[in-house]
Amino acid sequence: MDAAIEVADLRKTYRGRRTGEVRAVDGVSFRVERGEFFGILGPNGAGKTTTLEIVEGLRRPDSGEVRLLGRSPWPHSPELTRRLGVQLQASAFFEFLSAREQIETFAELYGASKARAAEMLDLVGLTEHANVRCEKLSGGQQQRLSIACALVGDPELVFLDEPTAALDPQARRNLWDLMRGINAEGRTVVLTTHYMEEAEALCDRVAIMDAGKIKAVDSPAGFVRSLDAPTRVTVAAGQVSDERIKELAAGEAVTGGDGTVVFETRDPRELLTALASEGALDGLAVRTANLEDVFLHVTGREWRA
Amino acid sequence: MSLDTAETRTERPQGGGRRAYLSLYKALGRGWIRDRSQIFFTILLPLMFMVLLASVFGGGDTAASRIVAVGDVAVLDGADPEVFTVTGASDLDEALAMLREGDADAAVVQDGSTVRIYPSATNSTSGAIAAGNLSALVDDVNVEVLSAAAPNEPVLETDIEQADGGALKPIQYLAPGILAWGVAITGVFGAAGTIVDWKRDKLLRRLRLTPASVGTFLSAKVSVNLTVAVGQTAVFLAVAALGFGLHLSAWTWFAVPLVLLGTLAFLAIGVVIGGVAQTSPAAAGLSNLVTMPMAFVSGAFYPLALSPEWVQWISYASPMRYLNEALQSVVVYGEPPSAVLPQIGFLAVFAALVALLSWKTFKFDEL
Repeated sequence: MDAAIEVADLRKTYRGRRTGEVRAVDGVSFRVERGEFFGILGPNGAGKTTTLEIVEGLRRPDSGEVRLLGRSPWPHSPELTRRLGVQLQASAFFEFLSAREQIETFAELYGASKARAAEMLDLVGLTEHANVRCEKLSGGQQQRLSIACALVGDPELVFLDEPTAALDPQARRNLWDLMRGINAEGRTVVLTTHYMEEAEALCDRVAIMDAGKIKAVDSPAGFVRSLDAPTRVTVAAGQVSDERIKELAAGEAVTGGDGTVVFETRDPRELLTALASEGALDGLAVRTANLEDVFLHVTGREWRA
Repeated sequence: MSLDTAETRTERPQGGGRRAYLSLYKALGRGWIRDRSQIFFTILLPLMFMVLLASVFGGGDTAASRIVAVGDVAVLDGADPEVFTVTGASDLDEALAMLREGDADAAVVQDGSTVRIYPSATNSTSGAIAAGNLSALVDDVNVEVLSAAAPNEPVLETDIEQADGGALKPIQYLAPGILAWGVAITGVFGAAGTIVDWKRDKLLRRLRLTPASVGTFLSAKVSVNLTVAVGQTAVFLAVAALGFGLHLSAWTWFAVPLVLLGTLAFLAIGVVIGGVAQTSPAAAGLSNLVTMPMAFVSGAFYPLALSPEWVQWISYASPMRYLNEALQSVVVYGEPPSAVLPQIGFLAVFAALVALLSWKTFKFDEL
């Protein structure tokens, strides 16, 4: 069986009158297996959307090759697009139509039934709002409707371009559950995001993208492991003596100030047990390395999403 | 909800282009009907202009030219009262004052064999009509005199088949002109606005990723616009006939293909504008910039013959002029379609050229 997506050495340069040449996509290659939840993580302007648009077949690259489910997305073919579900950054809706009319129109384009359309509306929790005009829906509801439209054709491969951007935290969590469900049904999902925690929470593998290049691809856990960064344990100062702090640190770094003591340790279990036995857990905070540290390590730059 | 296997997928009925076309047509048509501003621009605005201009140019009922005779004007003695309403004035100054006040269309002085005509400048349209009617009257009198002097000399006679059994009423040039203008603004504003909307909401981009092709979507969109144009024409002509006494000829049905062709030309102009404009206000402004001057050089609001010569020259490049002329010919004068072949030819060539231009200059990446 072919991979869901194979991308080899994509390049795309924009030539703007004022901006000059911008290498939006600069030699991007990756592969997504069937059933995978694949994330493209990067700050705004990293080239995520352009990459996605080239993969979907909306833009033609200057060079490079794309295979979607074993075939080229260019030129447009109904056989291929029937197997894809797409949610774009802007909520692309027919004007003045209700949520139900919207998704029923998309259902007809994919040759799906009205029942299927109603089912998808229910899946994203919009049945109550079925008769509301699209422009009257909230941002989160529009994104959910957009995802429902992407799913109505029962796609094998789903593209989601920053679906949670500009949503409040609660709406974002709800959407995460929805996206997990989509992937759990066996669909391949490709997600672009500039939220670290989103990529960490959802993706099997993440490609970290910056300045048009993919800097690294790994699972979130694999990234953190390979970083081999110490766990930072913070407690309130004044609970243990300075000598004891040095003993507990066992040769690793200790910093402090601002009423706290921060241990950096490779063995957080032992340290925490020791602190607990001495009743010194006031103001405890444990922070392991996350994708933010990975980004800093991979790109040499602070995260600035 | 389940993931189809490859087997069940191939069994799925291939909806095909026709089904996609119909659902897109339905979705876009529904959207159009629910957009009140569209109804206003396509139906109400042209009707408002017709009411306004018909009252400015005088009601359709007072077709007779109002003539002020200064002193004794012998040539008016035998004048047809259906064509001329004659009043008297003691001197030229009084007559000219009446013209200025808009109380008369032309003043006439007869000085021996010279008939001097002063058409109204205040109401130049009816002034010109009055002057034309007076010239014809003088010619008729001359012919009578000459025929009496040389009874055996054959004389050419004109036999004017008048479309409305009377003089040219304002509604007869206003209706086709304003209809042509209404079709133009609907097409230009509609296409330009749609393109700018697509740039914003990425609907076309989204649809490119469905099994329906872009061609299917665009033809559904154009079909909605053509349907609107036909509906607009029907409502407009019905109001012109029932409300303003416009006599519709037997060839009136041919207005439909004319309006369809015109709409294609104006949609193409709108697509070019939509390609240039980045925001809705910009699209509306540019559309105005194109359609307003076009209306004035195309005789949409008053007869082109009354315009300066340079305006008439410019009008040759305007598709609205040809649509206006063709509509007037078939709807008002009852001429057969063969009489408007040149206009049809121009509209077709114009539509094709602008469509080509929009195709060549259009940046699909922006959509």
